[in-house]
Amino acid sequence: MSEYSGVMIFGEAKEGKLAAVTTELLGCGRRLAGDLGQELHCLLVGGDVGSLAQEAIAFGADKVYVVSDPLLEAYQADAYVLAAEKVARQVMPQILLVGQTSIGRDLAPRLAFRLGTALTTDCVELALDPTSKLLLKTKPVYGGNAQAVFTSEACPQMATVRAKAMSPLERDDSRQGEVITVEAGLEPSSIRAELVERVAEEVEGVRLEDAEVVICGGRGIGGAEGFRQLEELAGILKGAVGASRPPCDNGWVPSGYQVGLTGKIIAPDFYLAIGISGASQHMTGCSGAKTVVAINKDPEANIFREASYGVVGDWKKILPALTAKIKELMAD
Amino acid sequence: MNMVVCCKQVIDPEAPPASFRVDAAKKTVTLPPSISPVIDPYAEYAVEAALRIKDAQGGKITAISLGTGLLPDVVKKPLSMGADELILLEDEAFGTGDSWTTAYALAMAIKRLGDCDLIFCGRQASDWDAGQVGLGIAEILGLPSVTLARKVEVADGKARVERVTDDGYEVISLSLPAVITVSNELGEPRYPTIKGIMAAKKKEPTVWKPADIRVEPAQLGEAGRRAELVKLFQPVREGSCEIVDGETPEEAAASLALKLREAKIL
Repeated sequence: MSEYSGVMIFGEAKEGKLAAVTTELLGCGRRLAGDLGQELHCLLVGGDVGSLAQEAIAFGADKVYVVSDPLLEAYQADAYVLAAEKVARQVMPQILLVGQTSIGRDLAPRLAFRLGTALTTDCVELALDPTSKLLLKTKPVYGGNAQAVFTSEACPQMATVRAKAMSPLERDDSRQGEVITVEAGLEPSSIRAELVERVAEEVEGVRLEDAEVVICGGRGIGGAEGFRQLEELAGILKGAVGASRPPCDNGWVPSGYQVGLTGKIIAPDFYLAIGISGASQHMTGCSGAKTVVAINKDPEANIFREASYGVVGDWKKILPALTAKIKELMAD
Repeated sequence: MNMVVCCKQVIDPEAPPASFRVDAAKKTVTLPPSISPVIDPYAEYAVEAALRIKDAQGGKITAISLGTGLLPDVVKKPLSMGADELILLEDEAFGTGDSWTTAYALAMAIKRLGDCDLIFCGRQASDWDAGQVGLGIAEILGLPSVTLARKVEVADGKARVERVTDDGYEVISLSLPAVITVSNELGEPRYPTIKGIMAAKKKEPTVWKPADIRVEPAQLGEAGRRAELVKLFQPVREGSCEIVDGETPEEAAASLALKLREAKIL
């Protein structure tokens, strides 16, 4: 392990800025690098990502490695993994962290297999073992019904980290750091799986990940029409509508509505779960919610073990009355 | 079109959350014996993706299950759904591994099968939720791959895959052979038919041991794994839910709204 040093964050951009998960990883990486007495690196890969380097430094990076290439404009696994592998072999970080995003889920395992190291995905906690200094990687397993802690002696020690699990540092534009440009050296022929088209399914109103209020429906909603009523309440509370897996799999709502292990991870102040049984798979996606309120016809539903308040009964009768009363209260 | 689907046997992820038990000393998660293991639900979506291609243009589907203590009624489910062959990599040596040892053994089995156009896996397995084995197989075999597929079509020696992203989907085109991991957005897997179940009962799976796929003991189990499970535990739940009542559902709803207001949640 001795020839490996430093903590590296694989950075992602979103709407011309560092993605929130990247700033969270930099915050966590800063802490780990401090404990190890080593440097914090940020790797930026994209079409033209040099402009984000100062932002990465302001959020805690000591060194930023920038790989810009037209072939890296949009995420394509073959090109990205080559670029990331090149920098990882050059820098040889002891720890390499990636966000558990649609890019991270795809990139990190490929990179781990190429580098011959072990990866733990979807971590919610990272710490150093006090004696061995190995990275202790905690992740939910069995759909959130248990948690496991993994280590690995192979370097770099890799993890993907769940959104909102870590806290970013306060942005400090006076921080100093070094920016290092690395040539991608890519050939078009290295792209075997080619991106043809990206389709964003636009959601009106507040984004689910950012919403302070989330009204979420499950299998019990019974169909697409029922979600209109959820939208009405979300509108009044300036919140967003989400769903557990069954409504998404059945096509009642777009897949982007999904909250849970295989969907979005959210941490709203107020989370209203309607017709949701509360399977761990789903609950792991909203465990950061401050107050969970449940409406379910089954008094034994697991959701009531997770909620602070609950109403047992038919949501079709309860929700309109709840919406009317909230409207009235909000008007006061 | 020759297709392989990797199907793991797991403890039932749909079992009630309260029934999951952790043996901290053995570092295992268990369910009561009355709850039978199942084929991993994510793998069922992978089987469904392969079956849709077989329906559209014909082909052969081989299911592979790796593990220990495999139950015939469980691992034969892909056959009863419409897969043609079943290979079991069953040996004590395949236990206690990690994503590396599993991907390696599966890759070597696929190599021995030969002549394979598409390899399907679930997006992750619902026990360890790692989501690494499919990509590991692709890396070991040097094949192109796509994850999180919600639709797969094959034409002119290429696969066209819709991949789920955070805010929609992307369309990816890749040449065959390729590895594709399938997400639940694909849509419900079909139920086995009576005819399918009868046919599956008669079918004998092929069992391969490590030597059959030229895998050395050093590449399996404890010796081959790169990740170490140091601790397994269940997070403590607080669980104090105030159930709000009323004479009618409407009354209960109104008093819930008032309570939320009082608690300054609204």
